[in-house]
Amino acid sequence: MSTTETTASGVGPVEGAAVYNVDNPAPLIEAPRKRTKKTPKSTRGNFELAAWLFMRLSGIVLVVLVIGHLVIQLVLDGGVSKVGFAFVAGRWASPWWQIWDLAMLWLAMLHGANGLRTVINDYAERAASRMWLKALLYTATVWTILLGTLVIFTFDPNIR
Amino acid sequence: MATPVLDKADAAGQPEPGFADSPYITVTFRIRRFNPEVSAEAVWEDFQLEIDPKERVLDGLHKIKWDIDGTLTFRRSCAHGICGSDAMRINGKNRLACKTLIKDINPEKPITVEPIKGLTVLKDLVVDMEPFFQAYRDVMPFLITKETNEPTRERLQSAEDRARFDDTTKCILCAACTSSCPVFWNDGQYFGPAAIVNAHRFIFDSRDEAGEQRLEVLNDRDGVWRCRTTFNCTDACPRGIEVTKAIQEVKRALITRRY
Repeated sequence: MSTTETTASGVGPVEGAAVYNVDNPAPLIEAPRKRTKKTPKSTRGNFELAAWLFMRLSGIVLVVLVIGHLVIQLVLDGGVSKVGFAFVAGRWASPWWQIWDLAMLWLAMLHGANGLRTVINDYAERAASRMWLKALLYTATVWTILLGTLVIFTFDPNIR
Repeated sequence: MATPVLDKADAAGQPEPGFADSPYITVTFRIRRFNPEVSAEAVWEDFQLEIDPKERVLDGLHKIKWDIDGTLTFRRSCAHGICGSDAMRINGKNRLACKTLIKDINPEKPITVEPIKGLTVLKDLVVDMEPFFQAYRDVMPFLITKETNEPTRERLQSAEDRARFDDTTKCILCAACTSSCPVFWNDGQYFGPAAIVNAHRFIFDSRDEAGEQRLEVLNDRDGVWRCRTTFNCTDACPRGIEVTKAIQEVKRALITRRY
């Protein structure tokens, strides 16, 4: 082992001389994403308010939609064994169930995506990782919503 | 005329208090030390003290600083829970060292003392409070009125109007709430509970006329909407302010203002 090598405490293992001293202090233990004078000023937008409110309202509606969905799919009328192509085709023949499933898809996806957005904002420390995680999240969300919407409206019960 | 003599007879008549009768107990203080002039790492250091359990953690820190190790660095000013300088993380919870009695925090086990979290540690228990005060300044914590001429008499307020924001006037800016907030730990850009409490104090003051501006500041990305209602701030507040409730009231004011 070289004598100049230092341990984590900043003290050389052999000579015991401190690497850090009054004239050469160690870096301070910084807090993540500190508030500084350069912190962006107010943007005067209402997006965060709308997002917060959307989470509460969509959550209430989703409780009804999802529990109704689960009861119909898994409990009533023979339970899960009845679910097949014919069952889905039969339900989507009615605009009521089309709208139900469409509302559930959109609300669940946006609710979940917004929740994950706040998780990323809270926990991803570096700006770059936040940006990439959110880009991935938004891509997946938009893709799933579009694909699901397309299937609900273009579903063909006579497909071979 | 005889000068009165303080009567020591009672004490003298009793047998000498034995060691078992001593009010003093041995307490271990486990303090998180950081000195950038020595090492880049923070380390735990244990101090053994003979101390009366009815004394406060701050008294223990004083004993250490004055009798054992003068390099121990911490802030304190009034030492009576008013100035708010000695907020620290004691046994994993944010408290004022001057309001925490040793007997109340299980002195059988080592008492851990750390700097408050989420702010840059400068030395030992001293943190850089500037980002905290920057957030405080950003909510304009002073009376703003739109009238151009100063009134010639006091601004009157009814007792009910005064009671509306009474809770949030108690803040001493010790940062115990803000540095107990998990959102603030990860993102110091968040205004934090203390700034919101002090905005609340003026938003709900009937004499103040800049509530709109303050609400606008707190409506932002790093404002009240980042609160996750974990109630850490309410638990931490040494003044018993219902911090989370104040934040919720600001949220409600923002929503009712808009819809």
